[in-house]
Amino acid sequence: MNPPALALRRINWFHYASPQTFLPVAGTLVPWFAWAAAAFCAAGLYTGFFVAPTDHQQGEVYRIIFIHVPAAWMSMFIYLVMALWAGVGLAFNTRLSGMMASALAPTGALFTVIALWTGSMWGKPTWGAWWVWDARLTSELILLFLYFGFMALHAAIDDPRRADRAAAVLALVGVVNVPIIYFSVKWWNTLHQGASVGLTAAPAMAATMFAGMILMAFAAWMYTIAVSLHRVRSIIFERKRDADRTVQYAKGLRQ
Amino acid sequence: MKPRHKRIAFVVCGLAALAAAAGLMLSAFEKNLVFFFTPSQVAANEVPQARVFRIGGLVEPGSVRREPNEVTVHFKVTDTAESIRVVYRGLLPDLFREGKGVVAQGRIGPDGVFNANEVLAKHDENYMPPEAADALKRARETSREAGRTLVVNGTNNEAQR
Repeated sequence: MNPPALALRRINWFHYASPQTFLPVAGTLVPWFAWAAAAFCAAGLYTGFFVAPTDHQQGEVYRIIFIHVPAAWMSMFIYLVMALWAGVGLAFNTRLSGMMASALAPTGALFTVIALWTGSMWGKPTWGAWWVWDARLTSELILLFLYFGFMALHAAIDDPRRADRAAAVLALVGVVNVPIIYFSVKWWNTLHQGASVGLTAAPAMAATMFAGMILMAFAAWMYTIAVSLHRVRSIIFERKRDADRTVQYAKGLRQ
Repeated sequence: MKPRHKRIAFVVCGLAALAAAAGLMLSAFEKNLVFFFTPSQVAANEVPQARVFRIGGLVEPGSVRREPNEVTVHFKVTDTAESIRVVYRGLLPDLFREGKGVVAQGRIGPDGVFNANEVLAKHDENYMPPEAADALKRARETSREAGRTLVVNGTNNEAQR
């Protein structure tokens, strides 16, 4: 076996999968990511509102893009990460994976709401409609329902480990929706315009506009990491408290 | 095979089956997932006959005509191959412009004119400052005058300064 692979083998990845070891690590990381989020957000908003030029067609209204696009990207990406944790949890039976998936769901739902809401505010002045049932908008709405479904199913089952597994299956089933959202503007005629930024071509916008959007996307990333790490700590504490209580009941220390 | 490998295989196979099912479903619903039909599809009679549908394309330059009452608008929607005459009574969205994208909902009358009850503007995914757009337009006009095609590479404002 070659040396790097050997080095990777030597790190015990399952060490951090234990909630007890992960708890302090997450605690140290949260403030760093929170400050990074604030810094990126300030830089992104400044670039978006004061540096980026006016658009030739839409005028100033296009500036919603600096919130709308990062939120929409995040709503899809968080779902993929959530589904990944769900899959890891099912396959490896690690407790932390389910907690990570649960911690990500509310933030994903939040970004989906922001994407739909800002999109609606953008659609009225440009298209002339708050909402249309085209493939992009409809599939993004389905994403919101998938997040709600995940959270509702998890909350409906008392045993957290069983809840993790049931919600994980739902998260994995819903993952087919993400490529549908992303490619909807390519596969079908939609009112929503195509992607301005892709991996294969230069962005179809001025450099400063693109910079503002990327800065806001970084802000969204940092925010998501900070918030979900904080939330996963809360989940670890909650489950430990519940487990301790169960033990106390069993020992007759509590009634 | 360890139980862990079995579970991984189960998840992977499940996802593959799901993707296949989703693909089949989407291809079955293909027709209903389209938000609008193009003028070429209308010309080829591929549109629903009995119900209201949407057409989409570009507003043909020079085709927009307002009736004296200022409320009724006539224009043509084109996909550069075919075009359809549209009549609409009502307020047009701000981004409704000649040569730009539009989606209209309504039905086709016996005279072949599309009677729209809703008109939406469809803008493209290109964002640039007005100066850059002007520069692009000027460059295109000069190249047309010179009778040659000019590759315009400046969509950002750096080229303008």
